[in-house]
Amino acid sequence: MQAGQTLRGAGRTSLTAVSCVLFASCDRGVLGPKGPIGRAEKLILFDATAIMLAVILPVIVLTLVFAWWYRAGNRRARYLPDWEYSGRMEMIVWSIPTLVVLFLGGMAWIGSHDLDPPRPLQSQNPPLEIDVVSMDWKWLFIYPGKDVAAVNELVVPVRTPIDFHLTSSSVMNSFFIPELGSQIYTMAGMTTQLVLQADVPGVYVGRSAQFSGDGFSDMQFNVRAVSTEDFDKWVAVAKQQTDPLDVSGYASLVQPSHADAPRTFSSVNPGLFDYAVMATTMPTKAESH
Amino acid sequence: MTLGKLSWAAIPFDQPIVMGTLAVVGLGVASILTLVTYKGWWAYLWREWMTSVDHKRIGVMYVILALVMLLRGFADAIMMRTQLAMAAGGAQGYLPPEHYDQIFSAHGTIMIFFVAMPFVVGLMNFAVPLQLGVRDVAFPVLNNVSFWLTAAGVLLVNLSLFVGEFARTGWLAYPPLSEIAYSPGVGVDYYLWSLQISGLGTLLSGINLTTTILKMRAPGMGYSRMPVFCWTALASNLLIVAAFPILTATFAMLLLDRYCGFHFFTNEAGGNPMMYINLIWIWGHPEVYILILPAFGVFSEVVATFSGKPLFGYRSMVMATMAICVLSFMVWLHHFFTMGAGANVNAFFGVMTMIIAVPTGVKVFNWLFTLYGGRIRFTTPLYWALGFMVTFLIGGMTGVLMALPPADFVLHNSLFLIAHFHNTAIGGVVFGVLAGYTYWFPKAFGFTLNERLGKMIFWCWFIGFYLAFMPLYALGLMGATRRMQHYSDMSWRPWMLVALCGAVFIFAGIALTVAQLIVSIRQRDRHRDRTGDPWTGRTLEWSTTSPPPPWNFGRLPRVQTTDAHWASKQGAATLASESNELTSVHLPCNSPTGVFLGFFAVVLGFAMIWHIYWLAACASLGALAVGLIHAWRPEKEIEIAPEEILAHEARAVRGVA
Repeated sequence: MQAGQTLRGAGRTSLTAVSCVLFASCDRGVLGPKGPIGRAEKLILFDATAIMLAVILPVIVLTLVFAWWYRAGNRRARYLPDWEYSGRMEMIVWSIPTLVVLFLGGMAWIGSHDLDPPRPLQSQNPPLEIDVVSMDWKWLFIYPGKDVAAVNELVVPVRTPIDFHLTSSSVMNSFFIPELGSQIYTMAGMTTQLVLQADVPGVYVGRSAQFSGDGFSDMQFNVRAVSTEDFDKWVAVAKQQTDPLDVSGYASLVQPSHADAPRTFSSVNPGLFDYAVMATTMPTKAESH
Repeated sequence: MTLGKLSWAAIPFDQPIVMGTLAVVGLGVASILTLVTYKGWWAYLWREWMTSVDHKRIGVMYVILALVMLLRGFADAIMMRTQLAMAAGGAQGYLPPEHYDQIFSAHGTIMIFFVAMPFVVGLMNFAVPLQLGVRDVAFPVLNNVSFWLTAAGVLLVNLSLFVGEFARTGWLAYPPLSEIAYSPGVGVDYYLWSLQISGLGTLLSGINLTTTILKMRAPGMGYSRMPVFCWTALASNLLIVAAFPILTATFAMLLLDRYCGFHFFTNEAGGNPMMYINLIWIWGHPEVYILILPAFGVFSEVVATFSGKPLFGYRSMVMATMAICVLSFMVWLHHFFTMGAGANVNAFFGVMTMIIAVPTGVKVFNWLFTLYGGRIRFTTPLYWALGFMVTFLIGGMTGVLMALPPADFVLHNSLFLIAHFHNTAIGGVVFGVLAGYTYWFPKAFGFTLNERLGKMIFWCWFIGFYLAFMPLYALGLMGATRRMQHYSDMSWRPWMLVALCGAVFIFAGIALTVAQLIVSIRQRDRHRDRTGDPWTGRTLEWSTTSPPPPWNFGRLPRVQTTDAHWASKQGAATLASESNELTSVHLPCNSPTGVFLGFFAVVLGFAMIWHIYWLAACASLGALAVGLIHAWRPEKEIEIAPEEILAHEARAVRGVA
């Protein structure tokens, strides 16, 4: 009896462990959004799945039921060896997917516009601009309004729309913070734009979603969403150091490296981001400019 | 200088995994060659297979090629799954990035170009002329050339494992990563040259089959009487003809960038990498349908045959197929909604993508209603078909999810995407070709495959697929992206372990496929098909003997309806072959042109990869010479006398008695 209890206890523990894993997973990533963009996208994901499941589940069940009922050995099933056309059925067959797609198509059209990456967010706080440069294999974040910069760590104030301007110093990457929502490509010689916002303070993981070479797996950074006061404090601390980022510093920073520790820069050359956008489009190496 | 970039350093002596593989592969190849030489099989292989211009033989060779490459592609897959099961937290696993990156690039390249493509092309080659009731494809020698060009690509890809390296760029080699500045090694060159060569083969094969279907059907077989598999083959080959030149041109531009310092897709000097991404997907999305449409065709044949009913909604099915064929060219941008093209562009391509779900949905309903009122025999091909219907619906649903641009913004390039396309590639294409393989095997060899093992193979793949890829859906939603060599989030690990278990199940399925082949060959006398119609089939391939004679049909059948063979068995319409007079049949002679062109293609590719330009020039001249010799060859044909045809038919009848 005691053994039985132990077994049951063990069973309960392992069940708890499994559900912990499952629920922990559900609370994180794309399904645990911490901002308005991610929330809206999760809603679309759920709505679209539900609509499609309403059609797909019955079809799966019917497939199995038909296959089982009309098995060759079933004498009660009616064999219709010539039944190959029914106008009414054809009508239904074409209209069900058409209706579903009409509905989802509307969702796609509206969703594409509402959640267009550069679209400004409504907020009581004014937006903060952050310029992002993906490098081999790290991320540079420039805060032009604050005249500071950071590598491999992104600090943002909560409930503030962040207006990201992004480019790449070499190959293509994709800037992605699953908990906050949309990702967007970073491409050399081009600027993309993405607006995100974190509503809940916390530490989230950001990474590149576009393979960029051998150091790709380490292109990961923490996103610290903090209160406005803490954000200002972080800026102040960064400014106290004497580690400015100028064009020559940028040139050494873009050299390939793996898994760089986070660091900050006390000031940034004005126009460095525009320089970063254009630097790789020149026929010769960036250093000679 | 004479050997270009090639030196001993190109052979990775320091990598035990590669060297071990080399030893095993080398031993395997050497023992096969020794066996063939010892048994004196070379003459037979040369005469009956390598130089054969018989579409059935060529089809079989394509399928064998695909099965062999499936082993290679799967070896890559299970290495990746093992790596990801290990490399969690701070662990780096056993594959360093520079090796791991080659493995996932090779896995994708091989599975699409050298497993799925040859398998699908092989089945079409084998079955289409038989279903059309004709004696061969339009251009039999060209067919052989196509095969050998594909085989040349295969050889080059495998060579990259032991001499040099393979691309570390992913299976589509996006620039600027694939440009010389970021990939200075020979990996991308191996990728480009092997695909240029095999792509040419595919294009020629597409032209061949398109012509065959459009111009060479049995008397009376109008378009509205063509078996649905032929319709899907037509759609697929039209797509090949339209899409593969785009691939060739795109790769040619990247080659110019890499070899001649052009700037089509470079970062600098006005190049635009995004143009490559557009172009590659203008080929790439039709490619998806090139693979899946013939699989749909196989399922249409299988479901109708084993339900003992005509396919429900034939005309709907044809319309749906052709609609997919056209629409597949209008959706390519959904592969990069995250490029920032703007809301209108994204919305347009999102909606276009969803529209493809309509004809696809229609197809599923039509299969469903074909089952309805049937007398269903649960053979292995039907297992695959039912497994497909269930699985593909899920894959289709996740596909439509990602067609929603705002949903794609969080799912793009994630493991969710990986799960989605394996859901359609395995649940659709692999299930389809394995169904076709089991279905047409008795036609090709005269005996059926072991059914018990066949069903075990199905269950291994079915369970293995769900175990391997459902966790990837979950991981994608947790924010895991593709192509990571290690990861820090320990909560991903349990899912990765389950996925590894799935891969082990699939491995069992593949091992059993080999076992099934051996067992079935040994039991062939027990499972001999003496009727030519082991499944009570509906279409013309089942009206001739198994295996069919080189001329397929002694008298060309006269077709009066769809499912012509079924109708003739029911007495509803005769194939009326008795009334046509038996005349002698002319068949094309064997040709070594394909083998030699394939050989020179390998040499040319290898020489270009290693910048050995004198050798490349020699190989080009050699290929040109082969072409010239072929052009001025004496026109000879084999004549099959009516007596020989009658003798073959008499033998077949005696087989029944």
